Amino acid sequence: MDKILTITNLEKSFHTRDGEIKALESVSFDVREKEFISIVGPSGCGKSTILSILADLEEKSNGEINFSKDYTIGYMLQNDSLFEWRTVLENCLLGLEITNQLTKENKEYVINLLKTYGLEEFIDSYPSRLSGGMRQRVALIRTLATKPDILLLDEAMSALDYQSRLAISDDIYKIIKKEGKTAIMVTHDIAEAISMSDRIIVLSKRPATVKKVYEINMQNKSTPIHNRKCKEFASYYDEIWRDLDVHI
Amino acid sequence: MSTYSEEHIKYLKKQKKEKRIICFFRLLIIICFLIAWELLSRFELINTFLSSSPTEVIETTYQLLQDKTLFTHIGVTLYEVLISFSVATLIGFVVAIILWSNKIIAKVIDPYLTVLNSLPKVALGPLIIIWVGASTNSIIFMALLISTFVTIITIYQGFAETNQSYITLLKSFGANKRQIFMKAIFPSNIPTLISALKINISMSLIGVIMGELLVSKSGLGYLIMYGSQVFNINLVITGVVILGIISYIMYFAIDRLEVYIKKKRGN
Repeated sequence: MDKILTITNLEKSFHTRDGEIKALESVSFDVREKEFISIVGPSGCGKSTILSILADLEEKSNGEINFSKDYTIGYMLQNDSLFEWRTVLENCLLGLEITNQLTKENKEYVINLLKTYGLEEFIDSYPSRLSGGMRQRVALIRTLATKPDILLLDEAMSALDYQSRLAISDDIYKIIKKEGKTAIMVTHDIAEAISMSDRIIVLSKRPATVKKVYEINMQNKSTPIHNRKCKEFASYYDEIWRDLDVHI
Repeated sequence: MSTYSEEHIKYLKKQKKEKRIICFFRLLIIICFLIAWELLSRFELINTFLSSSPTEVIETTYQLLQDKTLFTHIGVTLYEVLISFSVATLIGFVVAIILWSNKIIAKVIDPYLTVLNSLPKVALGPLIIIWVGASTNSIIFMALLISTFVTIITIYQGFAETNQSYITLLKSFGANKRQIFMKAIFPSNIPTLISALKINISMSLIGVIMGELLVSKSGLGYLIMYGSQVFNINLVITGVVILGIISYIMYFAIDRLEVYIKKKRGN
């Protein structure tokens, strides 16, 4: 598959009054079309920073980011950040309003997404009526509304309880595959990464470099919940756990 | 949702009962107070010349209605309060937006705002009269001094404490500052704005009465001041009672506005 994004020697330092903190030493990897990539690493290693830079929320200190075409990016945050004063539909239209793309067709597209992914009866409800999992699904549809080519998921499921998380990662995975999107997910959950990804990038401690890249090949690869039962799952888990080198 | 279970009906009944009990005791307190006051003065256990009595307050009110001055006084005070309230709200809102959109200005202004807000404005009374003149203008100016700073501070704090993830989200869509304000800062701060209005209306009333006590020819503050100068305690207490009623009505109006907005926004 074609490379759509190449990141070369990405560096990032943060400056505070107390000094300078180097978050990313030198991070390089590429992303192929329609691929699901996960980035894992020890906590505080700067994995979310990579997404912030890709989403233009943060400036890089050095390095190259090259998109093969003029791709658009959708960013899904750790918490759903639904606006409580807007209905589910109004929340999903937010990105279209900001980018001045609120046409009849686009609105129709969003309504269809909501219908397809089981939120039809909540279209005119306020977010306070939704469960945590449903809120996350709304957040994903809000991200999909602007039809981004590449999705960035920043610990998108980590605020949920374990059961909802399993269910919603299955959901989100299916939605992303069905809509034919490329996705880059940051997570601290190794199992989540293995079950969802085509490739996993393991980062070192801060300042981060790419420690290892895993191609996830499983014989009976299907949806995330099923993938957890594959026989290769445990060995991937072991290897990545060792890479992370966790000491408490 | 149309049919409730028995348990739910029980729950609703319990809620209603609780509300009635609260209402009952509220009324009971004021009625007991009025009866006690009346009886004490009837039996001359307290000096009615110094402490008036409910019937005398009613009589005084009636007299003021008869010579048609009551509504003039109420009107003058209300006019001053509403002007001060509107201007302070407008200034508070605009300044808060400026401070929110420019962090440097906010930091520069911060100590001045704090000092100006905590300074006892009555101390400036004589100065205000000299600068602005002994007129309605100086009353409104006094009220503005008291209400504006606290309004600015309340609204600005609300703006500054807006959930950061709302802003990150909008930025990820490429939103500019104006869009961030319109889509997140303003709508998420409606509750803050309402509490600012509540504070502002009480502060404006306090300011206006303070101004009227210092310099005025009419208004409830004038009525109270005049009453005390001619030692007509009935007039003083009538003025205070009417003031209490007005402040309650104004607060209640904003409270209703809050309920209405909450309903409209679905919570």
